[in-house]
Amino acid sequence: MSFPERGLIGIRALRREDIELILRTARSMKDISKRDVKKVPALRGKTVANLFFEPSTRTRTSFELAAKRLSADVVNFSPSGSSMAKGELMLDTVKNILAMNVDALVIRAKPEGACEFISQHVDVPVINAGDGMHEHPTQALLDALTMEEQFGTLDGLKVLIVGDILHSRVARSNIYLLKNFDIEIRVCGPPTLIPRGIESMGVKVFYHLQEALEGVNVIMMLRIQMERMQGGHFPSIHEYSKFWGLTAEILDRHAPPDAVVMHPGPLNRGVEITPDVADGARSVILYQVENGVAVRMAVLYLVVGGGR
Amino acid sequence: MPEKIIIQRAEFENTLRRMAYELVEKCGGLENVVLVGVHRGGVWLAYRIATIIQAERGHELPRGELDINLYRDDLSRIGYHPEIRRTEVPVPIDNAFVVLVDDVIYTGRTARAALDALMDLGRPQKVLLCVMVDRGGRELPIQPDIYGVKVPVDSTGLIEVRFREIHGEDAVVVRPRS
Repeated sequence: MSFPERGLIGIRALRREDIELILRTARSMKDISKRDVKKVPALRGKTVANLFFEPSTRTRTSFELAAKRLSADVVNFSPSGSSMAKGELMLDTVKNILAMNVDALVIRAKPEGACEFISQHVDVPVINAGDGMHEHPTQALLDALTMEEQFGTLDGLKVLIVGDILHSRVARSNIYLLKNFDIEIRVCGPPTLIPRGIESMGVKVFYHLQEALEGVNVIMMLRIQMERMQGGHFPSIHEYSKFWGLTAEILDRHAPPDAVVMHPGPLNRGVEITPDVADGARSVILYQVENGVAVRMAVLYLVVGGGR
Repeated sequence: MPEKIIIQRAEFENTLRRMAYELVEKCGGLENVVLVGVHRGGVWLAYRIATIIQAERGHELPRGELDINLYRDDLSRIGYHPEIRRTEVPVPIDNAFVVLVDDVIYTGRTARAALDALMDLGRPQKVLLCVMVDRGGRELPIQPDIYGVKVPVDSTGLIEVRFREIHGEDAVVVRPRS
């Protein structure tokens, strides 16, 4: 499974030079979205299929815009109103789409490893747009691009990820990515939501947010998924936000003044992050969204462009 | 065929100087003129020409840079992914007099791509093409308005334009394609 010929299944398989190439390409792509004519002909005549077996509006829109700005044609497929509802297998759906001569697949699916599995059964590149609790590679790349823009370089940073580390594909992909650089990675959350043995990945574990914030450059707040409450991972939303929610007061008191706040979205305002922080001067959340299009353009260009 | 030097040092500088004069003449002055260099040789050449004009006329021409890879006509045929560099033009090119600068013109396909890239940035009043070396072998009806030297080289040869700022010497060199 090598990047870019077979697509982008996860960050784990990438080398530092792959990541740097994607980030450099993304920086160049970013300018295109700021012009009057937001389109270049690089992928003219190519067709990209967005297959979202799990609902997503923002990631799908971001991928769609990215493909369109490179002049690719895009088809969107989501299970509602399709034959998936009639019990068609995921791989059958994929093969039907491919029979229409599609050049690349962007896939989001619930089962971990779905993208890897599909990529072994098709001969077009597959880009993972999030598979269960496994990976969300383009999110980690857009996060890295945002950090690099804020601080000029990734090496030397201290990055804190707060929340449900256990179930988060965003956290996983970010850790895989940041490990390629000279970065201190910290995670913080309720003990029930920190994977056991995560220290062996070179990650520092904190259970108290105030302590974890000391000296960091980047604070990445993860979305708390309400359904986890049923799993007994934490007693109540109220208690979660009391201990691990980021408020302006905690931020100002415990984090360095130049630390920035990130969030992959969608926000649970008032749960993991208060509105004054999400909309505050240190929030780079909307830059993340902007960089998402640039990173996806870069990945599509590298994966779909070029001959094979 | 060993490496062969076509021009170097003083002759190289004189060629640049003549190109700069010709540029000023063909643009009818320096008003509204923007130099846009094609990555990467064109960017360096544009810098050198701008430096001469700055020294001679005391006028600093705005300089931009263009990456044409996203506009190539062979992107789906070549087996690699050319790295995309920045495209950045510091001033609006609408109604400007744009001088497109590249180090070598060969098939004309790069110039074609550069023109398309330029048109997506705005609508210049006029565009001139300025190159250091015209090596012949055109496949499209595109000719330079200003050129430094004409060196017919067939497809087995390679032209290298070296700049002292980057390569440590000023020279135009022909060598076999390795």
